[in-house]
Amino acid sequence: MRQIAFYGKGGIGKSTTSQNTLAQLATKMGQKIMIVGCDPKADSTRLILNQKSQNTVLEEAAKIGTVEDLDLEDVLAKGFGSIECVESGGPEPGVGCAGRGIITSINFLEEEGAYDGKDFISYDVLGDVVCGGFAMPIRENKAKEIYIVVSGEMMAMYAANNIARGILKYSSNEDGVRLGGLICNSRNTDREAELISELARRLNTQMIHFVPRNNIVQHAELRRMTVAQYDPEHAQAKEYEMLAQKILDNDKLTVPTPIEMDELEDLLLEYGVIEDDTEKIKKLNMEEATK
Amino acid sequence: MDNSTNLKDHNTLFQEERYVKQAENKQQFEMPCSSEEIEKMEAYLKTDDYKAVNFNREAAAINPNKACQPLGAVLAGLGFEGTLPYVHGSQGCVAYFRSHFARHFKEPVPAVSSSMTEDGAVFGGMRNLIEGLENCQALYKPKMIAISTTCMAEVIGDDLGAFIENAKKEKVVASDFPLPYANTPSFVGSHNEGYDNMMRAILSHLSEKDNGLSYKEPSEAINIILGYDTYTGNFAEIKHILNTMNVAYTILGDHSENLNSPATGQYKYFYGGTKLVAVQQSPSAKGTILLQKYSTRKTAKYIEEKWEQPVVTTCPPIGIKATDQFVEQISDLTGVEVPQSLIAERGQVVDAYTDSQAYLHGKRVALSGDPDLLLGLISFCLEVGMEPVHIVCTNGNKNFQVEAEELLQSSPYGAESTVYVGKDLWHLRSLLLTEPVDFAIGNTNMKYATKDAGIPLVRIGFPIFDRHHMHRYPIIGYQGALNVLTTVVNTILQALDEHAPDYSFDAVR
Repeated sequence: MRQIAFYGKGGIGKSTTSQNTLAQLATKMGQKIMIVGCDPKADSTRLILNQKSQNTVLEEAAKIGTVEDLDLEDVLAKGFGSIECVESGGPEPGVGCAGRGIITSINFLEEEGAYDGKDFISYDVLGDVVCGGFAMPIRENKAKEIYIVVSGEMMAMYAANNIARGILKYSSNEDGVRLGGLICNSRNTDREAELISELARRLNTQMIHFVPRNNIVQHAELRRMTVAQYDPEHAQAKEYEMLAQKILDNDKLTVPTPIEMDELEDLLLEYGVIEDDTEKIKKLNMEEATK
Repeated sequence: MDNSTNLKDHNTLFQEERYVKQAENKQQFEMPCSSEEIEKMEAYLKTDDYKAVNFNREAAAINPNKACQPLGAVLAGLGFEGTLPYVHGSQGCVAYFRSHFARHFKEPVPAVSSSMTEDGAVFGGMRNLIEGLENCQALYKPKMIAISTTCMAEVIGDDLGAFIENAKKEKVVASDFPLPYANTPSFVGSHNEGYDNMMRAILSHLSEKDNGLSYKEPSEAINIILGYDTYTGNFAEIKHILNTMNVAYTILGDHSENLNSPATGQYKYFYGGTKLVAVQQSPSAKGTILLQKYSTRKTAKYIEEKWEQPVVTTCPPIGIKATDQFVEQISDLTGVEVPQSLIAERGQVVDAYTDSQAYLHGKRVALSGDPDLLLGLISFCLEVGMEPVHIVCTNGNKNFQVEAEELLQSSPYGAESTVYVGKDLWHLRSLLLTEPVDFAIGNTNMKYATKDAGIPLVRIGFPIFDRHHMHRYPIIGYQGALNVLTTVVNTILQALDEHAPDYSFDAVR
C-alpha cells in the first residue's frame, strides 16, 4: 500500500487535480484507492462521488456525541472507479481546531481498519502546513510521498516552498516522508513550465507533470465529475492519465531543499512574475501622473 | 507535649463562637438567599419534576465519575520495572495525577512533565520533550520512560514519534533505551483508555523487534493483566491464587509495589514492577488473561493479533461466581487442576455468605464507578441476593450497557435495575432522592450524594480519599469476596444499630 498526499495553496486546484488523477489511476491502472479529505471545507471527494458533499467524520461524530461510537459505514462512500471516499470535515472558520479534527479522523480510520486492502491512500490537505494537525498525514507510518500542486503565480510558489520546508522537518528518517514532485496546474502565465521546472530543480525535486489549462475540467466539475467520467476520450483525460502513470512509476522521491525568501524572490524577478520594488513605484507614480 | 491535648480538629475548631460569629458577619456581604428560599430549592431538588429536568441536562456535567487519560497512562507506566511515567504537556496536569494517586494510595508517585508553556503551545513541544528526557534520565536514572500526553500537546498535534526519533538522533537518549509512547488526549475516553493506550504501547515496544517478535522460545507461563486496578491487595490475591495452583505466570503491569513502598527511612523512586525482560518473553506464553475488558480493549486486541496467543478477557472476579470462572480459566489454559486448598478457601467464603445472608437479602443498592468494576460488583450483588437498583457509569459505552443489562437480567434480583451510561453523580443524586435505596457502593466522590440521601456509602473503587488502607485489601478472588462481604454487611449492621430503637439495639447480629 502506498500513502500519498496532495498539498498546495488554497484555490490552486488541489482537489480537482487529485481527483482527476486518482480517477485515472483507478480506472486505467486498476488501483484500489481511498481518498481521505483533510480540508474542513470537505470538497475533496465531490467529483468522485458526483454529489455536493458527503457526511464528514467530525459532523457524524458530533451528532452521535463521540467518535468512538461511529461506524465506518456512516462516513465511507464509494464513488467513480470504486474509489472509497472519506471526508474529515471540521469546524466553521473562526472556531474550534481543524488540525485536531484531522488527527481525530485519521486515528479513527486507522483504528477501524479502513485502509485494509487498498493500493493507494491519498490525503488531500488544505493549503499549507500550518500546525501539527495539518502535518498529521505526513507523520511516521502515514503518507510517504507528497505532491505539491503549484502554478506559476507568486503566492502558489511561496506556499510550495513553505510546504517543502514542512516536509523537510519530517524527512530526517531513512523511511521518512519524501517529496514526489511538483504538479504544475497551469494558469497560462508566461514561461510557466520553465519556471516551475526551475523551482523544482532548486527544491531538489522534479516537475512531475505540467497539466495544461482546459475548460473541459470546469465543465466536468460543474457536473460534479472528473474528466475521466465526463469525457474519458478528451485530450485532458490523457494528461491526467499521464500524471497518474508517472505517480505510479515515480522513483524520484527526494528530501526537499527549501530555498530562502530572497532566493525565491530573485527567481520570481528573473521570470518576470514580480517586479523590482523601485521599478514598481516608478510605474505607479507614472500611472497616477497621467490620470 | 502539653499542647497536644489542646489541639482541636477541624470539626470542633470551627464550632467555636469566634468562628461562628465570623461566618455570620460575612453573610451580610454575601447577599445570601433567605433560608426559606434555600429550603424551597432543597425540596424541589428532591422531586420527580427536578429529576426530569436533571436528566434532560445537556450542557453541563456535574461531578462526572471519571478521570482523564494520562492518569491511566501514568498508572500503566508504574507497573513496570524502573519505569518513569513522563507526561508531555503542561505541568499542572502532572501535579494533578501525582496528587490524585498520592491521596488514594498515601504514597509518593514519581512522574514528570515536559513543562510546556505558552511558547510550547505556539512553536510545538519538541524542545521541551527532548530536554525533559535529558533531565529526567540524569536525575532519576530510570530503566524505561513511558511517555503520554496532555490535552495541550494533543490539540496542537505534537508528533511524539518524530520528537523521540530526534531525541535519539541528538543522542540525548541511547538508541536502544526503551521509550514507549502513547497519545492520550483527555477529551476522548477516560483514564481507562489512557491505561489501555499506554499498556499496549509498552507491550508492543518491549516485545517487538524489526516488526517481528524479539523472543520466540515457547513458555509454560501465562500472562495476567489486571487493568486499571487500584487495589494493591488484588495483586497479592492474584499471586496467592496462582501460587496455590502452582502455575507459572507473568503479571504484565504490576504497580502494587510502587504504590505500597515500605518506610525504611530511605526513599527510592522505583519499587518492583514487571521486569522488562519478562515482557520480551511474554509473547511466547500459553495465553493471557485480562481481568478487565473496558480498560484493556486495545491491549487485548494487540495480544491476540500480534502475539497470536489465546486471550481471555473477563470482568474483575468480584464474588464467588466470578472467581470460580477465573480459576476455571486458569485451569483451562494451563491444564492444572484446582487444588483442594483453594476449594477449601472457597468453602469458607460460602460459609461466610450464608452467615450474613439474612442481612443482605433484598437490600437495594446504588452503584457507580468504572465499567469493569461495576460488572464485578453487579455480579457480587446478585449472588448475595442484593438488588442493584441504580447503576451509574459516566465512562461506560453502549457495549457496557448491553453487557450490564444482560448480567442483571440473568437474575431475579436484577429485575428492577436501570443502567445509566454517560451520566454523572448529580444524576445519581436525583435517583437516590426520588427512588431511595438502602445504601450505595462506590468511590469517595459519592459521599455527598449519599449524605444528602441519608444512606451509607460502602467505599469500593477509585478514588478513595477519605478512608485509609482500603486498597491494601483485595476485592477480587475468594479473599476479595470475603473482604467485600465483610465491608458491606458491617456497613448494613452499623446502619441497623444507628436506626435501632433501644428495644432493638441487640448485642447479637
